[in-house]
Amino acid sequence: MNAYSKLTSANAFVRPLRRDIGLMLISVVVGLSASARAVAVDPAVVAAEQRRVEVVSKASEAVVAIFGSTAQGGGSGVLISKDGYALSNFHVTSSAGDFMKCGLNDGVLYDAVIVGIDPTGDVALLKLLGRDDFPHATFGDSDNVEIGDWVYAMGNPFLLATDFQPTVTYGIVSGVHRYQYPAGTFLEYTDCIQVDASINPGNSGGPLFNAVGELVGINGRGSFEKRGRVNSGAGYAISINQIKNFSDHLRSGRVVDHATLGATVSSRSDGAVIVDNILEEAEVFRRGLREGDELVSFAGRTIRSVNQFKNILGIYPKGWKLPLVYRRGDERREIFVRLRALHRESEMNPRMMGAPIPGEPRERPRRRDNPDRDDGDQEEQPQPVPDSPRESSEDTPEKYQHMLEVRSGYANAYFNKVELDRTMSGLSRLGDFRQFTGTWRLRGSGTGLGVAASEGFELTVSESGIGLEWGARLFVQPLDGSELLDEPPGTGGLLLAISHLQKMLVLGKTGFTEYFYLGSEPLDGHGARVDVIVTELEGVNSFWYFQKDSGAFVGFDTTLGENADRCEVRFGEFRTIDGRMFPVNWMIRHADDTVAVFAIQELEMLAAGTGS
Amino acid sequence: MRSGHHDFVDEFRPTSRACWIVAISILFWLPVRGEAQSSSDAINDVLPRVVKIYGAGGLRNLEAYGTGFLVSPEGHIATVWSHVLDNFAVTVVLNDGRRFEASVLGFEPQLDLAVLKLDEENLELPYFDVNNSITAGPGSFVLGFSNMFNVAAGDEPVSVIHGVIAAKTELITRRGTYESPYDGEVYIVDAATNNSGAAGGVLTTRDGQLLGMIGKELRNAGSNTWVNYAVPIQELGHAIEQIISGQFDNEPTEDPATSEDSLQVSPLNFGLVLIPDVINRTPAYIEAVLPKSPAARAGIQPDDLVLFVNDELVDSCRSFRQELSRLELGDELRLVLRRGEQLITVELPIEQQANVP
Repeated sequence: MNAYSKLTSANAFVRPLRRDIGLMLISVVVGLSASARAVAVDPAVVAAEQRRVEVVSKASEAVVAIFGSTAQGGGSGVLISKDGYALSNFHVTSSAGDFMKCGLNDGVLYDAVIVGIDPTGDVALLKLLGRDDFPHATFGDSDNVEIGDWVYAMGNPFLLATDFQPTVTYGIVSGVHRYQYPAGTFLEYTDCIQVDASINPGNSGGPLFNAVGELVGINGRGSFEKRGRVNSGAGYAISINQIKNFSDHLRSGRVVDHATLGATVSSRSDGAVIVDNILEEAEVFRRGLREGDELVSFAGRTIRSVNQFKNILGIYPKGWKLPLVYRRGDERREIFVRLRALHRESEMNPRMMGAPIPGEPRERPRRRDNPDRDDGDQEEQPQPVPDSPRESSEDTPEKYQHMLEVRSGYANAYFNKVELDRTMSGLSRLGDFRQFTGTWRLRGSGTGLGVAASEGFELTVSESGIGLEWGARLFVQPLDGSELLDEPPGTGGLLLAISHLQKMLVLGKTGFTEYFYLGSEPLDGHGARVDVIVTELEGVNSFWYFQKDSGAFVGFDTTLGENADRCEVRFGEFRTIDGRMFPVNWMIRHADDTVAVFAIQELEMLAAGTGS
Repeated sequence: MRSGHHDFVDEFRPTSRACWIVAISILFWLPVRGEAQSSSDAINDVLPRVVKIYGAGGLRNLEAYGTGFLVSPEGHIATVWSHVLDNFAVTVVLNDGRRFEASVLGFEPQLDLAVLKLDEENLELPYFDVNNSITAGPGSFVLGFSNMFNVAAGDEPVSVIHGVIAAKTELITRRGTYESPYDGEVYIVDAATNNSGAAGGVLTTRDGQLLGMIGKELRNAGSNTWVNYAVPIQELGHAIEQIISGQFDNEPTEDPATSEDSLQVSPLNFGLVLIPDVINRTPAYIEAVLPKSPAARAGIQPDDLVLFVNDELVDSCRSFRQELSRLELGDELRLVLRRGEQLITVELPIEQQANVP
């Protein structure tokens, strides 16, 4: 009778049928043997239930209940590594503070510190502290998620879990590759997963698991319209594949930005997506895209609507290089384009972003005693629930204070040092170049720049300038404060790039005014993932690439200006010269073309003061 | 509405009515399937039959979008009769992204139903056969398809959500200050099927068979809570066919926004609650009598069977409703009821604003 009375009380609108449901139950029971006490259940049903119980039990270990350190804010998160890195929403951590308290289902409350934030994608990375053996979720492939798949949403809706046992809601995938408009230019949900599992305030930042318990998304918002700020059957999760693209950027401790192509598109009546505006200083313009061209595919995905274009663009960090296919008339062209920043540096100050989003009132879920009030709010994020019932502890343990370093452009600059040190080990492995602060001479042979046959060259790098004698030709870049040149012409500034390489090997960090770990990207848009270090000297940026799995130094770019094509140097073989590893095969690329290939036979490096 | 909670065993009396219900409930019993299988084949089969509709609206809380479903290969689309269709010409986007203009071919305000026709000839589209429909009972697993919240655009498929039929019962709702024109049977679902823009979507079985059309956003008249429901396709099929074949009054008789004001006498106006109308000719047994209602004052009791309305023989819940709907202000209503072995005649007044409490 229990289930029966629950049914009627839970559904006030289920009126006269109740008796007949009861009669139906009776009629079924009558149909079975009178002595049978339990209804025989299909073993497949029992097995499916058992699988669900196992998946939930395993997945729950990685679910985090986040509480602000000042009893303000809170939400959910999920651990993704055994050293404590956890994902959540930016709109959760921004109101929770730099240090947070995080509860796991073992009942223990851990200290945690913010690592990196992605305000556009509404993602935050934090690190739980105090253990090196945290349970953690395993990543699934969100591109394999299909409409109708069963999913589990876990988290701490309404901050119900005082013992940190996550709430589990179960549902199906209602849509994939959904686009949800941003608030201004932040909190844009692109390529997200729509689910009918119940998503409520406090669920924000929590995991979406697939049927086998793999992490496929981070639950972040719902379509909350006129029914109060509670589940309406449409919740949205940021796809885990988007987060994979950003995960190293988030580990950098920086405020991570999304990208723009530098062109806007609209759809024609026949459904084609057409470029209707393009920035002339954008790389995509230099690669040849023009107004009126039809976009065919982007990042390997066919484009059939403007939403799809935005979906693809939204899952990549600024600076990534991606393939773009477009059509002009009957001609089909394929180019690689490096994405521009969506925001200006000045817009990316995290201290400015904790404030409520304009036009997005932050309020509690509407109380049930006033269900009549319609306010027509559209597409709100599930808000972190204010006024945590938990006692606040403003005091962060002294031993963790060193793990927070506040700096403009960073959520926490401490973690940039961590990643820099890890990545720089790829350079120190080559050997110690520190003593060779004097002139360098590289001799070898090369082809390119209009020279078909291989010709000998000598490259001289000194404090006063860089010179390249190549066959009968001579190229010079003075370093006396005079203009920085594209020398040899058409390389994007190879001579300047080589002087930066020398500084990097000899001086490291101290050779540059800016020096930070950026994140990772596929090398040249199609290669293996590489870690990226960025340096700046006298307004010239260089980007240094280290293979993700091996840490090997594979090349670097130098750019004469933000809107200039880079000089791209890629290394082949390394050879040991005087006990140090040095790249001896160089490929020099510029504007999507290979402009020269060098083979280095001799390397002469002098210590300081030993002249040229 | 209900005096209190009854233990159903007390009410289980071996009357002819109860036996009859046991018989039909066995017929309609569908086992609750617990196995959590993906229904992706069924979903992929249904999605091409559901369309996105764009029309009038766009003001606060009046969305300019809705959902519909194809009911013929030539491009007839069933949807709800709503403000979105006010212009009588709308844009329809198919699941594959193709975009067509469409016109309102006809509508039936009583059912909240409209049928559109794509302004395009020689189409061969996937569709639902409204004559080849099935029913489902409480506990059945169902899928809801709609463009709720206008999430899908172009060739993006509409949203799919899952749930269980909680009940099949009469719809007693209000929308804003108005009562819904439709007061027939609906499937009540335990999932949030009826959202902005969802009206005109479909409710199907797990294997993609059409059960009903998702209705407008409505609130329960008694509890004021939002109702998630779908109108069984059996209630709509005939009218859809008639509109398509041109046998239906094509002209709007009144503005759809105000039609809900007109006098529509239903059993509930007198405080009568009928038993669930689960088959074609469900006998018109009284399930309950609302306290202090005209029916209560006239002495009508639960389990009374309605035999005659103003001397017209009533053979089902449906014909009882039809007889009532013909009444006008000033008419008399005389019912002949069977109670046990007795025949009882009662007279009821027809009052304006005869609304449920």
